[in-house]
Amino acid sequence: MTQEELLTVNADTCVDARGTSCPGPLLAAKKAIGTIDKGQIMEILSADEGTRNDIPKWCNKKGFECLGTLEESGFYKIYLKK
Amino acid sequence: MQQVTEIQAVDFQKQIDALTAKVSMLEDMNQDQLSIAVVSGDFDKILAAMVISLGAAAMDTEVKLFFSFWSIAALRDPKKSVRGKNFISKMFGIMLPKGWEHLKLSTMNMGGVGPRMIKSIMKKHGVLSLEEMFKQAGELGIEITICEMSMDLMGIKKEELIDYPNMRIAGAVTFAGDMGESSAQLFI
Repeated sequence: MTQEELLTVNADTCVDARGTSCPGPLLAAKKAIGTIDKGQIMEILSADEGTRNDIPKWCNKKGFECLGTLEESGFYKIYLKK
Repeated sequence: MQQVTEIQAVDFQKQIDALTAKVSMLEDMNQDQLSIAVVSGDFDKILAAMVISLGAAAMDTEVKLFFSFWSIAALRDPKKSVRGKNFISKMFGIMLPKGWEHLKLSTMNMGGVGPRMIKSIMKKHGVLSLEEMFKQAGELGIEITICEMSMDLMGIKKEELIDYPNMRIAGAVTFAGDMGESSAQLFI
């Protein structure tokens, strides 16, 4: 997805993991993924740069679709579709 | 002529069966599993072992940790005390760190100042504390095996270890078995 398209995405659930660093955000995402249904979208907020690479890798392994990352000031918004 | 073809076909079938058996055996052997032999009892090395384990577990890789020698001191519960130890065991008990809160850094320990500095920086950066990491590890089903022989050598008893859900006391053979079926093995 392009950055413009990502701005219009409405996430079904949002995980705010800005308080933790590696591997905290991924663990938080793993916990939250069980609460959404297939096809729903999850938004992960993380201030940890590594999470940007970790989440797509995790999606790849689990068969989720990583939609992309938006960069905010001081943190990232990562979107994935279950 | 036809007889020869039949013999060849039977041979082929045999070879295919043997190969199929071999492939399924190899598939069984290399599970998506990480085995780590944790031997060091330093704060930084236990931290590395736990971060890697949690990362792997978050990726749904099965994780098996083998705590041996100095690392067992990290699993002592400071709130628990044990009676009936002999002199050497008592000495070991006094000299070894009592749990993860009291571990030393492998370098720049500076009489305990180093670990305190690291812990305050970890907090600032939102890195989970070792206590929190072990808690999460338990929830994620990370398995901890403790080397029985090392416990005997250091006089550490199982009554003084932390409460952890997937903990067992076993020998090197058990871990060697775990390692054999893992796709990745580390030694820390």
